[in-house]
Amino acid sequence: MSTTPLRPHGWLLAAILLGLLLAAPRFLDPYQLSVLTLALWFAYVGQAWNLMMGFAGQLSLGHALYVGLGGYAAAALYVHFGVGPWFGMLLAVAVAAVVGAVIGALGFRFGVRGVYFALLTIAFAEFTRIAFDHWDWLGGSGGLFLPVVHEASNDLWTLRGEPALYYYVMLAMTVLALLLVSVLLRSRLGYYWLAVREDQDAAAAAGVNVFRTKLSAVVLSGAMTAPGGVIFAFMHNNLFPEEIFSMARSIEIIIPPIVGGLGTLFGPIVGAFILTPFGEAVSLALDQAGLSLPGLKQFLYGLALMVIIIWMPHGIWPWLARRLGLFGRPGHGGGGEKAP
Amino acid sequence: MTDALLTVERVTKNFRGLRAVAEVSLTVPEGRVVALVGPNGAGKTTLFNLIAGVFPPDAGHIQLAGRRLNGLRPDQVCAAGIGRTFQMVRPFLDLSVEDNVLVGALLRSRHTATARQRARVVLEPLGLAPLANRTARSLTLLERKRLELARALATEPRLLLLDEVLAGLRPGELQPLLDLLQRFNRDAGLTILLVEHVMRAVMALSDQVVVLDHGEKIADGAPHDVIADPRVIECYLGTEQPTAPTRS
Ligand SMILES: Nc1ncnc2c1ncn2[C@@H]1O[C@H](COP(=O)(O)OP(=O)(O)O)[C@@H](O)[C@H]1O
Ligand SMILES: [Mg+2]
Repeated sequence: MSTTPLRPHGWLLAAILLGLLLAAPRFLDPYQLSVLTLALWFAYVGQAWNLMMGFAGQLSLGHALYVGLGGYAAAALYVHFGVGPWFGMLLAVAVAAVVGAVIGALGFRFGVRGVYFALLTIAFAEFTRIAFDHWDWLGGSGGLFLPVVHEASNDLWTLRGEPALYYYVMLAMTVLALLLVSVLLRSRLGYYWLAVREDQDAAAAAGVNVFRTKLSAVVLSGAMTAPGGVIFAFMHNNLFPEEIFSMARSIEIIIPPIVGGLGTLFGPIVGAFILTPFGEAVSLALDQAGLSLPGLKQFLYGLALMVIIIWMPHGIWPWLARRLGLFGRPGHGGGGEKAP
Repeated sequence: MTDALLTVERVTKNFRGLRAVAEVSLTVPEGRVVALVGPNGAGKTTLFNLIAGVFPPDAGHIQLAGRRLNGLRPDQVCAAGIGRTFQMVRPFLDLSVEDNVLVGALLRSRHTATARQRARVVLEPLGLAPLANRTARSLTLLERKRLELARALATEPRLLLLDEVLAGLRPGELQPLLDLLQRFNRDAGLTILLVEHVMRAVMALSDQVVVLDHGEKIADGAPHDVIADPRVIECYLGTEQPTAPTRS
């Protein structure tokens, strides 16, 4: 089984959590809601990255590329042609898919594997960042700004409104991404991803077209990431190449799924919901304590990551799921879920 | 005479000056078991890799039932009807036993439900059904070898390439696997080309034995004729006796 079925009380827990998330805007203040929205954003993008690394075993260290391309594609349509974000989403997905295909085709056709493939993903993100720095039509290094229109009410169609609107959009996207990946994992392609992740030569000997399988993972992962960039653009109303395409963002994207549980469906979500509030809490605590040592926040954050990774080398989710007895067969993570 | 299922014609492979396989020709008739033997480093695994499409031959032709295999990728060779096992077993460690075999079964049936049923059918005779939900990582070497076999069988091959599936097994573990291979050949009509050091297995299973030494074919014929061949005895002297039972 691609993913071992949840036990009834697992479903109940999931339903309660979803209910809480749906009701959250009613009892959270705007700041808390923004943190939760950010957590959902990382859960979503982490899910997209996890598809490629966690399930197909292809390491990307340049996923900021797809975030940036998605954001810029939709923002450019909006700023220059007045085209709304949902059409922008289509272009964003298409652009990211094509770029993912180019990277994958280049890398996999020439047998670039493992860390060398990861280097290629970094190179593409960096080239793109530099190119966008000099692309005046998109604002260059000075940034691209989306006109802020104050609407009387929330408008889902133009993605203009209160923080709660973005929160609900991110929640819907995170749930959809989870469903999409779980369906894919039960398909032939999903099993082929796992096989290639485990041993690509053995997979080939069992009839798996390795090139196509890896390529599809990169394309789908990139295409899934791009809408995260679109939401980012419309939520913040500005895009800077230095920031959106940055290596730091690429790293930030991959930490929640790793900490939550690489190659598990719920890992990216659990990771994002633990790390994002934690990061914010550390900032707040340091502010209140009047400590403003540069790098102290990063240091504490890094320390926490080390503790989690040493304590739970397979991530928080596999450990948590076992503790809560969420899956049918104890001690067996199932195919899709990497065994602890 | 039976039709040749696999035809290997004057196939050569060099590794940076080393002639690993030198103008080797052989045929595997449909429904037969052919054994490929020879000392370590003779080029047996390399010949398997050439047939399986891991790398192309420098020269020569390989055909399956008249279809040219040269230039095909491993997955295309598999789809053409050749299943293989690896000398060093390569299970998908973090997948369940059933999912390992499912991957093979997905070649012929694209729907996971049908492929899963097919996988269960394959697991049964190999005695792996009770282990279906265990991860491959938790299996013993013997179980992993059977899993390797199951995954290859799940692709519904016409020809099975077995690279030392019996090596490393204890004498008691040998016979059941040997019987199983015999059953696959006799009952299911599966054609088998196997590399094997265990001479007892070679003599019991095969209809024909091909001997490689330093990349060259030095003998080819009925098992008893081949092991009586002076050239074969000579090439084994100092390395191992072909008539010796299991090497330790
Ligand atoms: N991929 C490879 N690259 C370089 N040399 C190789 C490779 N594979 C095999 N060889 C060499 O080719 C020769 C034949 O090896 P192999 O086919 O593994 O022999 P056997 O399976 O009969 O023991 C050996 O000398 C081995 O070192
Ligand atoms: Mg060998």
